[in-house]
Amino acid sequence: MEFAEHIKTANVEDVVLRQPLQPPSRGTLCITGHHLLFSDREESDSRQVLLLLRNIDATEKSVENLTGYSGFFSNASHSERMSGSSGTITMKCKDLRVLQLDIPGMEQCLNIAHSIETLSCLDCVSEMYPFFYRPVELSLPEQWGLSSPEMHYSQMKELYEKWRLSTVNRDYSVCSSYPPAVIVPKSIDDDTLKKAAKFRQGGRFPVLCYYHKKNGMVIMRSSQPLLGANRKRCKEDELLLQAVIEGSDKGYIIDTRSRQQAQQARMTGGGFESKSFYSRWKRFHRPMERGKALQESLIKLVEACGDESNNMDRWLSKLENSKWLSHVQNALSTAGLLVECVERDGHSVLVHGSEGTDCSLLISTLAQLIMDPCCRTVEGFLGLLEREWIQAGHPFQQRCAHSAYSHARLQQESPVFLLLMDCVWQLWRQFPLALGFSEALLLRLATEVYASDYGTFLCNSDQERCALGVKERTHCLFQALLRPTQRDYYSNPLYERTELAIWPSVHPQSLQLWKGYFLRWTQQVRHLEEAQEEIRNMVIEWGKLACS
Amino acid sequence: MEHIRLPKVENVKLLDRISHRRRRVGTLYLTATHTIFVESEAGVRNETWVLHSLVCSVDKLAATPSGCPLLIHCKNFQVLHFIISKEQECHDIHLSLQRLSQPESYDELYCFAYKPNVDEKERRQEWDFLDLKADYSRMGLPNSLWKLSPVNQHYKVSDTYPADLFVPESATPPVIVGSSKFRSRGRFPALSYYCKDNHAAICRSSQPLSGFSARCLEDEQMLEAILRSNPRSDFMYVVDTRPKLNAIANRAAGKGYENEDNYSNIKFQFVGIENIHVMRNSQQKMLEVCELRSPSMSDFLEGLESSGWMKHIKAVLDAGIFIAKAVAEEGTSVLVHCSDGWDRTSQVCSVACVLLDPYYRTLRGFMVLIEKDWVSFGHRFSHRCKHLVGDPKEVSPIIDQLLECVWQLMEQFPCAFEFNERFLIAIHNHVYSCQFGNFIGNNQRERIELRVHERTHSLWSYLWANRTDYTNPLYRPNHSQTQGLLRASTSPYSFKFWKGLYNRFDHGMHPRQSVEDYLRAIQEETQQLEEQLTSHTQKISQLEQECSDSCKATTFDKSPTVWAPGNNLSLANTPQDYTGGFITGSPCQPKGPDSILLPKSTNQISDASFSNGSDQESGIADLSCRSPLSEDSTRDPDSDEAAYSAA
Repeated sequence: MEFAEHIKTANVEDVVLRQPLQPPSRGTLCITGHHLLFSDREESDSRQVLLLLRNIDATEKSVENLTGYSGFFSNASHSERMSGSSGTITMKCKDLRVLQLDIPGMEQCLNIAHSIETLSCLDCVSEMYPFFYRPVELSLPEQWGLSSPEMHYSQMKELYEKWRLSTVNRDYSVCSSYPPAVIVPKSIDDDTLKKAAKFRQGGRFPVLCYYHKKNGMVIMRSSQPLLGANRKRCKEDELLLQAVIEGSDKGYIIDTRSRQQAQQARMTGGGFESKSFYSRWKRFHRPMERGKALQESLIKLVEACGDESNNMDRWLSKLENSKWLSHVQNALSTAGLLVECVERDGHSVLVHGSEGTDCSLLISTLAQLIMDPCCRTVEGFLGLLEREWIQAGHPFQQRCAHSAYSHARLQQESPVFLLLMDCVWQLWRQFPLALGFSEALLLRLATEVYASDYGTFLCNSDQERCALGVKERTHCLFQALLRPTQRDYYSNPLYERTELAIWPSVHPQSLQLWKGYFLRWTQQVRHLEEAQEEIRNMVIEWGKLACS
Repeated sequence: MEHIRLPKVENVKLLDRISHRRRRVGTLYLTATHTIFVESEAGVRNETWVLHSLVCSVDKLAATPSGCPLLIHCKNFQVLHFIISKEQECHDIHLSLQRLSQPESYDELYCFAYKPNVDEKERRQEWDFLDLKADYSRMGLPNSLWKLSPVNQHYKVSDTYPADLFVPESATPPVIVGSSKFRSRGRFPALSYYCKDNHAAICRSSQPLSGFSARCLEDEQMLEAILRSNPRSDFMYVVDTRPKLNAIANRAAGKGYENEDNYSNIKFQFVGIENIHVMRNSQQKMLEVCELRSPSMSDFLEGLESSGWMKHIKAVLDAGIFIAKAVAEEGTSVLVHCSDGWDRTSQVCSVACVLLDPYYRTLRGFMVLIEKDWVSFGHRFSHRCKHLVGDPKEVSPIIDQLLECVWQLMEQFPCAFEFNERFLIAIHNHVYSCQFGNFIGNNQRERIELRVHERTHSLWSYLWANRTDYTNPLYRPNHSQTQGLLRASTSPYSFKFWKGLYNRFDHGMHPRQSVEDYLRAIQEETQQLEEQLTSHTQKISQLEQECSDSCKATTFDKSPTVWAPGNNLSLANTPQDYTGGFITGSPCQPKGPDSILLPKSTNQISDASFSNGSDQESGIADLSCRSPLSEDSTRDPDSDEAAYSAA
């Protein structure tokens, strides 16, 4: 492996590791191609810390040369003088943990720092750890993942009458970010789809993502239509959308951009569905923050959480200034709007922004959780994420290359998935009995998306994953989360299925900072975890008695 | 009854505070004690009762075409917005309520009229439920270091102190009396809490009358005596809970704070809690933020910050932590005071006690604590809570802050408190309601004069009788969180906004399902099952053959679904208002035409409107109607005309 060339010093003795919530410990540090391994010298209860280098978002090093002190010993050899120097590496992780290593020897310290810096941000996907992760108890999966449009379609008999599974994209030639199979109106043939795809950014033509059994209405998603400055139109796209609302009086379009943004997009070839050509569609604009602005919001929030001035005014103003909670509020209320259209108003909805790979997925996912009890179990939720995020082509690799601590210049990073997890957590707090999974699952997903042993969040699209053989050569996170040993931990002991829609409150008073994530390395969160543990125990005790 | 100008008004509308288009129509009644609104929808009889003593303000707003609005703010943070069709009726109700909600003498208070179906013997027993002496003996008092002093019998030394007080063994009556003359209102240093494990004590007093240079030998001896009552310690803290500037200003009025040079072995410390006026204004601002109809997240957070409320809560908790640590970790005694020693001092002593002693985190213990630090030590409840009409500058939410500090701690330590949020809210409600005699008057002496114990009922036994409602199912007396000193965090991010109290009546904001109720249900069931199991095990040994039959009878339905109180299942199926001002950035949307919109059908609740007023980014007014359900009024936003004008 070429990793070796990045590792000049592989082992260092007598290193002190400082990590949150634990006393500092002294031991041996070891760097491998993918990991940082620290083992405690204490013999009584030896502890090991295994950290995926990919998890490290930023490093800061400071070296201190203590030769001045060794100068007192005039006959000290060169090597002893070198060992009198030392260095400190601070590692800020994508899971928001901050670790510190005190390493004796300036040179060793610099070598280690260099290895960490290089190995933590290797770009080549096929060299990433999931391709090397081979736990003994697991063989590589025969079937990868939990859900797909094919499975979704075959399980929903209600779809058969008016919808079909199209394999027009089987070689990814129509849309490079879509999966090979998609669900479309039965009356629309593949040729029409191909033409409609040309009229949508990145070929993301409208496809079905949710069918509401109660009234037969659907949620479609796509990217923006390519009207351009000349206000082009596309008969096939119009036909396709017409077919979606066949038999109904109208449909709604939720555009996740402001009206002005959508209009400006025409200058660069994009646009929105014009009323004159899509006369039976009524459009709403619900501007949602995306891209860089969202990433900056996360950075500001994490910075606020790390503020040690202990000043209430400062905290509230930083919290406000980060706008993170505004984004949570906005996402939940836009999802609420989508659900109102489908569930209460009884009409189908098309959701898109520009690319249709971020905010559209966010609100279609939230809307499904709010409406559909099937999505609220552990399997249902993971399946939903698989369909709506992994296969629908959310560019994970680009969006999650760095997190809040990185000093690297922002490129395509944006914590849309983390925002989803936060919104789902808000739902979970407001309806603590209605979701089948625990906070632990959300935390695990929010962590794994940035650095993982599993291949699930690798690459930007199904096509890329196929090309690299992700499904053959890595393990699937979602399947691992469903293993019996993990299951209890990730399920909500209080869960009780309800068929009702779970309408979230979006009042500022009802939304809270997600402490479990943003303050997870503080003592406080331990107390809350203990309380969850108590709840679990109570339910288990009751369950035992009720069954006996 | 002479104050009621109009006992009944028909066809009154009660608006939902969040969404004015959700409204109920009914009849408004005024009685001697309550305002009652009875909804007159067919079939359901829905009543809203508001005690006159809970009414904080009644405002008549400018008349609108639909009627004359009457806005009632309550001390428990309920806000009622009525629309009365006839101006004259509104006027009469307004005047009547204003008089009814501002009693001029104690005898008008509800507690003297409140007569539940309880006989006199039981009523007297209610007052025996809590016994402060029992709490002092729980602390191990009296002992060789602290004694019960008779000096304030008949309230001769300090008329705002209780008759029974614990003082250091070595403090003689002349020293106490001498010290009391050197303290505001005669409130000399007396014991609030004693830690029997390390002999450290928390004492409280008012400020010394030190001015710029005055000294008092007896006061110095009094502090010396407190220090001597903690044999293992060679110094004590004197904590002045005021900001330094306020204390210095007091010196000019002949008051002030202890000079370290005059008192041997004291360490003097300011902790900077603001005065009652600052707190009153702060809460007022915070409540205005709570009342915004659809604030954006930024409006809310900015408003909360500028109210300063969370900062004040943090200051009280910080002060409590300082004292608790001094006592538990350093074994040092502390004397706490502010100006008069009945507001900040009560807060800080109580917070320290809750942190220090697990007993005060139980239901009974917390009642004792309020009885001790607040009721007996003369927190001026009637002034602070405006039980009677009086000086508005005396009103201040000091007790609210104590309850909130405890709530913040409960949120940090979910297993450490025997009681729940509902308990705190119930106490809050009745501190203001005047339904029980406990908080009437401003001190013990006044309550004796009013013969409160002979004429009223006690809240504490009422709460105790209903304790199942107030118990935290997660409480574990032996949990590691529950032991000894609570190590609370006061990092700003540890504090939450207490919507359970300040937005108590805005049901839409609260979680729709209650974990606590669910746990309580399974806890009860677990207990029943355990009992049955034991009884069955006994039966089994007796009648082995019939065992299987009896077991069948014990299968329980495994579904104690509990939705939040006050919300039936259908509420979960009610969409929130997703229109939210944050989309337009303007929470003050025109309110006018709300009432004349849309004929409503029951399953299309009118506030389900998700199309909103204007598009902030484009600056173009969106004239589309408030609801997407009616297409007619929609202006085509992307007609060619509009597109060109934008380009």
